[in-house]
Amino acid sequence: MHPAPSVILFSVLSGAGFGLLFYLGFGFAHPSDWLAFCWWGLGYGLAVIGLLASTFHLGNPQRAMLAFSQWRTSWLSREAWTSVAALVLLAPMALSDWLGLGLPRPFGWLGAVLALATVFTTSMIYTQIKAVPRWHHWLTPVMFLTFALAGGAVLAGQSFAPVLLALLLVVLLAIWQVGDGQFARRAQTLGTATGLDRIGEVTVFEQAHTAGNFLLREMMFVVGRKHAQNLRAIALVLVCLLPAVLLAVSGTCWAFAAAAICHLAGALAARWLFFAEAEHVVGLFYGKR
Amino acid sequence: MTVQPKIDTSPPVSDEIRKTTCYMCACRCGINVHLKEGRVSYIEGNRDHPINKGVLCAKGASGIMQVTAPSRLRAPLRRVGPRGSGAFEEISWDEALALAVSWMKPLRETAPEKLAFFTGRDQSQSFTGWWAQAFGTPNYAAHGGFCSVNMAAGGIYTIGGAFWEFGQPDWERTKLFVLFGVAEDHDSNPIKIGLGKLKARGARVIGVNPIRTGYNAVADDWLGITPGTDGLLVLSLIHCLLEAGKVDLDYLARYTNAPLLVVEDGPEKGMIAKNAESQPFVIDRKTGMPAPWDGRGVQPDLGASYQGNRTVFQHMAERYLAAEYAPEAVAARCGIAADRIRALAAELAHVAFDQAIEIKQPWTDFRGDHHDTMPGRPVSFHAMRGISAHSNGFQTARALHLLQIVLGTVEVPGGYRLKPPYPKPMEAHPTPHFVTAPGKPLSGPHLGYVRGPENLALKEDGSPARIDKAFTWENPFSAHGLMHMLIPNAHAGDPYRIDTLFLYMANMAWNSSMNSARVMEMLTDKGPDGEYIIPRIIYSDAYASEMVAYADLILPDTTYLERHDCISLLDRPISEPDAAGDSIRWPVVEPDRDVRPFQSVLLDLGARLGLVPMVNADGSPKYRDYADYITNHIRRPGVGPLIGFRGDGTAEGRGEANPDQIAAYIANGGFYQANIPEEAAFYKPWNMAYQDWAVKTSLYETPQPYLFSIWSEPMRKFQAAAEGLGPIQPPDHLRERLKLAMDPLPVWHPPFGDLEATGWGYPVHAITQRPMDMYHSWGSQNAWLRQIRGTNFLYLPTKIWAEQGFVEGDYARVISPNGGITVPVAHMAALNENTVWTWNAIGKRKGAWALDENATEATTGFLLNHLISELLPDKGDGARLSNSDPVTGQAAWFDLRVRIERVGPKDHAEPVFAAVPRVVPQGKARA
Amino acid sequence: MTTLPTHTEKKLGLAIDLDTCVGCQACVTACKGWNDQGYGVPLSDQNPYGSDPSGVFLNRVHSYAVQPVDGSAQTINFPRSCLHCEDAPCVTVCPTGASYKRAEDGIVLVNEDACIGCGLCSWACPYGAREMDQAAGVMKKCTLCVDRIYNENLPEEDREPACVRGCPTGARHFGDFADPDSKVSRLSAERGGYALLPDLGTKPVNRYLPPRKKDVRHEASVLAPLLDIKASGFAGWLDRVLGKI
Ligand SMILES: Nc1nc2c(c(=O)[nH]1)N[C@H]1C(S)=C(S)[C@@H](COP(=O)(O)OP(=O)(O)OC[C@H]3O[C@@H](n4cnc5c(=O)[nH]c(N)nc54)[C@H](O)[C@@H]3O)O[C@H]1N2
Ligand SMILES: Nc1nc2c(c(=O)[nH]1)N[C@H]1C(S)=C(S)[C@@H](COP(=O)(O)OP(=O)(O)OC[C@H]3O[C@@H](n4cnc5c(=O)[nH]c(N)nc54)[C@H](O)[C@@H]3O)O[C@H]1N2
Ligand code: SF4
Ligand code: SF4
Ligand code: SF4
Ligand code: SF4
Ligand code: SF4
Ligand SMILES: [Mo]
Repeated sequence: MHPAPSVILFSVLSGAGFGLLFYLGFGFAHPSDWLAFCWWGLGYGLAVIGLLASTFHLGNPQRAMLAFSQWRTSWLSREAWTSVAALVLLAPMALSDWLGLGLPRPFGWLGAVLALATVFTTSMIYTQIKAVPRWHHWLTPVMFLTFALAGGAVLAGQSFAPVLLALLLVVLLAIWQVGDGQFARRAQTLGTATGLDRIGEVTVFEQAHTAGNFLLREMMFVVGRKHAQNLRAIALVLVCLLPAVLLAVSGTCWAFAAAAICHLAGALAARWLFFAEAEHVVGLFYGKR
Repeated sequence: MTVQPKIDTSPPVSDEIRKTTCYMCACRCGINVHLKEGRVSYIEGNRDHPINKGVLCAKGASGIMQVTAPSRLRAPLRRVGPRGSGAFEEISWDEALALAVSWMKPLRETAPEKLAFFTGRDQSQSFTGWWAQAFGTPNYAAHGGFCSVNMAAGGIYTIGGAFWEFGQPDWERTKLFVLFGVAEDHDSNPIKIGLGKLKARGARVIGVNPIRTGYNAVADDWLGITPGTDGLLVLSLIHCLLEAGKVDLDYLARYTNAPLLVVEDGPEKGMIAKNAESQPFVIDRKTGMPAPWDGRGVQPDLGASYQGNRTVFQHMAERYLAAEYAPEAVAARCGIAADRIRALAAELAHVAFDQAIEIKQPWTDFRGDHHDTMPGRPVSFHAMRGISAHSNGFQTARALHLLQIVLGTVEVPGGYRLKPPYPKPMEAHPTPHFVTAPGKPLSGPHLGYVRGPENLALKEDGSPARIDKAFTWENPFSAHGLMHMLIPNAHAGDPYRIDTLFLYMANMAWNSSMNSARVMEMLTDKGPDGEYIIPRIIYSDAYASEMVAYADLILPDTTYLERHDCISLLDRPISEPDAAGDSIRWPVVEPDRDVRPFQSVLLDLGARLGLVPMVNADGSPKYRDYADYITNHIRRPGVGPLIGFRGDGTAEGRGEANPDQIAAYIANGGFYQANIPEEAAFYKPWNMAYQDWAVKTSLYETPQPYLFSIWSEPMRKFQAAAEGLGPIQPPDHLRERLKLAMDPLPVWHPPFGDLEATGWGYPVHAITQRPMDMYHSWGSQNAWLRQIRGTNFLYLPTKIWAEQGFVEGDYARVISPNGGITVPVAHMAALNENTVWTWNAIGKRKGAWALDENATEATTGFLLNHLISELLPDKGDGARLSNSDPVTGQAAWFDLRVRIERVGPKDHAEPVFAAVPRVVPQGKARA
Repeated sequence: MTTLPTHTEKKLGLAIDLDTCVGCQACVTACKGWNDQGYGVPLSDQNPYGSDPSGVFLNRVHSYAVQPVDGSAQTINFPRSCLHCEDAPCVTVCPTGASYKRAEDGIVLVNEDACIGCGLCSWACPYGAREMDQAAGVMKKCTLCVDRIYNENLPEEDREPACVRGCPTGARHFGDFADPDSKVSRLSAERGGYALLPDLGTKPVNRYLPPRKKDVRHEASVLAPLLDIKASGFAGWLDRVLGKI
């Protein structure tokens, strides 16, 4: 799948943002005054920038409001609802922290849960796509949620962040391991896709068109195996190892800030791979994946 | 939950529909052009049209992109810089016409042959030929000589009709259809509709083709023959049929020259024996005595001998029963196992004889014999350039017709059916005319059918009268001329120099020439005097093709929706086996540029030159424009370009000119059909009902029943001359070639390409195919079509692919005796193992067709033509013969032999030509 | 309207005959031509005369090589357009309701006025049947020519999809698969019509009619020579053929 920058930015930033909001909402950290403003602001900022980024790839963003309409079936629609609901419901808590209004903590719980739910809905947008076997697996929501929780923990300056980073490392290794075999496990080939396997072994003689098209650009992004391996290593180092080491040696806010930047940079790489390595079954018809 | 949107399922389709004729190829389908606010909005097939019955091909359905293409020429152009530099200035039509006249008029008054007028893929040859005749130059032809004259002439000389689009299988009844060497053909949609009918009925289709794509892909069985060997395969099939006695003796005896006698010896050796009235005769089985060939009740005896002369049948049987035609003897050469050849022969015999059909339709033959039914043999064949574009193509075409004849399947139910004006025997066609006189028209039509050496277009000194050397000993039956030799001969000044090359609709500086690079040089070469060797070039194109840069004067044409055209029975009509048909194009939209229909321009030029048939007595132009000509031109008394709505609007075939004729055609959907009566539908060459109908409909002046020509006397005359018989003798260096090529019975000889290449290390055959979605070079300017096929690969068979370790993305060096190209390759398993191929004419020169200079057509796309030479190698005697069939001069495109060397990955094909200068700006957005 | 109808009265779709399709691409441009001026926005082309053209087509024809275990390799042309799935995943993922399946005939459509161009439906479709229009930013797909098949401004016989009307070989058939007596249902039953990628659970309506078995030699017995020509000579053969002995 084409790793569109807007979608990568969206899912990474909003994931981290909602992760942070989750911790703030639950009160794992409860800052006050301008620190509260900045911290909540960071959570809101990441979430909202992410959401805005996601509209960049829309053909008709002016109609984005319509995306709220199909919550019965569409995970994207549900994501729209949960994200807005989370942001709205967390607002009193954020204001209270900033202005010292003293709202009881449970006021933030529902919002915090919705923040995580938003990440889950995001993950389901991908997970539901049967046509992309790598995504269509329970590890996908686990991965998104672990990312949010780990990234959120780093941003929220939580001491247990390294534990979650370690967990994320395991999840990433698992999803890559499983993901690499997903397409093959489906046993779909050009032959089964066309039904011509009933005659013999099928290969492409001529492409349907020599010019480019949306499908080739969007669904048939080919990433070299060697690149992928290198990027995976880089991602692991940046996402998990380096932040964990940083936090292990120092607990200062600077250490957390550095760890967060490092983690987010790694997350972008990992998310790039999430798209770039995902193969869509339509590629079978083109003999490409 | 929102509710399901309400949508308008009955939107208005358009403001108006105008019915005219498609022209993205020569198939001539009927189209409905939809207009919204005066602009073309949608094009679909005309359901009532006899050719396409509503369907369209990929090109036809994207015609709208052709009409709006940014490559359309906009105004007349005069060259102001060196040729090929693209330096042109726009001029007015008056200037353009005056300039043309100033070049042409002196030629007409002194040496009309110095104007050579050749037309490409147009459909108005009866008109352009008439113009050239009026001008008086012998140098006129269309593109048929490099296209498929072998097929046309092979058919006319044998059955009085041909494959090409001049006939078709009886799609409704045939049970076994064998297709030789066809990728697309001119009858694009009819063949597809026909194949669809066969498929729906579950009838059997067999493809004989080195390549298994398209029609051959849907064939039930595929014979991946080695190029150039079909003649051998066919004669071997005839061998098997003869051996088993599975031939239609009754058909042979009644309808062919099989029972005629061949003179065994003496000066007339090999001629058909004639009686005192110079008429051929047969031996009547009832009496054992000679009888007129067309005598009432005569039963010709195939086995007769008379005065030491034996029948054609015996000569034929003896020839093909020889061991050299046994499947075992030809299998290796053809690349087809002997048992498969025998199985095919058995299948042909089985369907022809064991599954014979019959239509309960009485009819009367030319001998006056009455028949209660029309028996049919439901085996049919079709063939095109895979056979004809070889230097043995004429004889191979004859062989295939002979196969049909021995099976008794031509013009019978279930078999191959001719379309009016065919059947039309060679004798009913004119002979070539070539004698010129300053200021005078030519004595008759240029192109025709040679009966013997006396008809050759030779001057008194024996040198060729025509610039293309058509109708000479090198290629006596060149019924369509040799357009591919025009530029090389004009450049060489051989047989003489010309002054003005007048070309219409032919991309001679690119895909229509063999060795395109060399042709481009010939067009720009200068002599010692600093003048161009070909002094003047006038060209009419509608688009910014590669050729435009090489002209001195451009006469920009309209597109097909902006002009009148006439698809006439005098030319290449839209007939069906059950009806004669013709059609028109008419301007369904007005041109938005300063362009004029070329035919109208020709009439204008003719009038300015004072050509007799184009001016009134007072010197004023006789025809306002081409529409006026279509309506009012009279070819023979009562016969004009169109057969429908003549006279008072009800006359068919013959009648006075009708001023409302074009309007009547438009009202009728753009076409007219004259239906053949049912009792005349089959056995046409011998069926008196058909003969009478054909006379009535103006196809003939008198009934013309004839016998199919198994033994060709015209050919024998040339062979005899080569043997030293007769007064007109060929040059010595051509004797051996003529003896072989002009055999009166179909023979096979290796293509000259093969002969020349043997031992030279060019083991691989290289051929091209027409893509169904592109028309020669014109398709690439179409924004939709070029997305489908914007570049091409050379397809390699598994053997070559594996042997040299090719991988995806590789390029190969392809080397022929004539040069080398470096091109992208791809693997294809369903391919003859000694053959490589590519789609024809996808490669484009940079800068042409209003495309970006980096368009894939110009970077990775390529032409095979650079590897082909228009001349055969010098054999040491100094004579360089054209790379053509020795009988007809048909260009032998598919004789090409090459060798392949792996190059590895690359990003562009070679050679790379400098960009051709733009005459229109590069195209940007789509209209 | 992202919820799929529980039941559609008709199941309109195409039966595509792979035994007959010659790969001519006529249906591709017939579709482009009709839909460029029909339902919704035109099918735009980017860079149409440039080095890297690209545009929207609702129907594409592939060409495959198929190598049986023994025998010659084959070439099979394979048209691909929307299959109007009964369980259309492209519909349920759509956040705006722009994608929907019509309750009356099962046609899957995009309401372009509601489409935000998120592209999600194109991800959900396993068959590559949806292409985003770069100019208008809305999703395009085969409409089964909904603006032809019921169009009262067209003559009755023309109320069929443009690709079906235009296909020169008649390899495309249009009809109602819910009606077992329809031409498409019968063809599919007779010829063993199959659905693409059935295990993805999309339940396509369109059916592909498989190529008939190729390269089966005819069972007619090989021709026996009339008699041994070497032995009897040509004269003997001639007499035999002409029935004189
Ligand atoms: N390698 C190889 N080469 C081949 C062949 C092959 O099989 N292999 N086939 C050969 C054969 S059979 C043929 S017929 C030739 C075809 O060759 P041509 O008949 O020369 O066809 P094009 O090259 O397309 O050139 C036709 C020209 O007509 C112009 N044109 C199109 N429409 C109009 C119009 O309405 N008016 C005017 N005035 N001009 C118009 C086009 O722009 C183009 O420049 O190619 C030959 N070349
Ligand atoms: N779409 C489209 N239609 C066209 C044209 C076009 O450019 N595009 N051009 C028109 C013109 S001008 C012409 S002349 C006709 C030509 O129409 P076709 O006769 O179909 O011409 P080609 O495409 O050259 O196809 C030649 C076929 O012969 C095969 N072949 C080559 N050598 C041999 C051989 O030795 N034996 C056998 N058995 N087969 C062989 C090739 O594989 C190929 O399939 O098409 C016309 N129709
Ligand atoms: S075959 Fe195609 S291009 Fe040729 S006339 Fe017919 S529709 Fe037009
Ligand atoms: S129009 Fe018909 S034959 Fe041509 S590609 Fe389409 S389905 Fe196949
Ligand atoms: S083919 Fe694709 S676009 Fe069409 S209904 Fe099925 S899933 Fe949706
Ligand atoms: S692109 Fe349009 S139709 Fe497709 S899912 Fe998004 S909003 Fe729905
Ligand atoms: S049914 Fe209509 S929209 Fe669908 S592929 Fe055919 S022509 Fe195109
Ligand atoms: Mo041709």
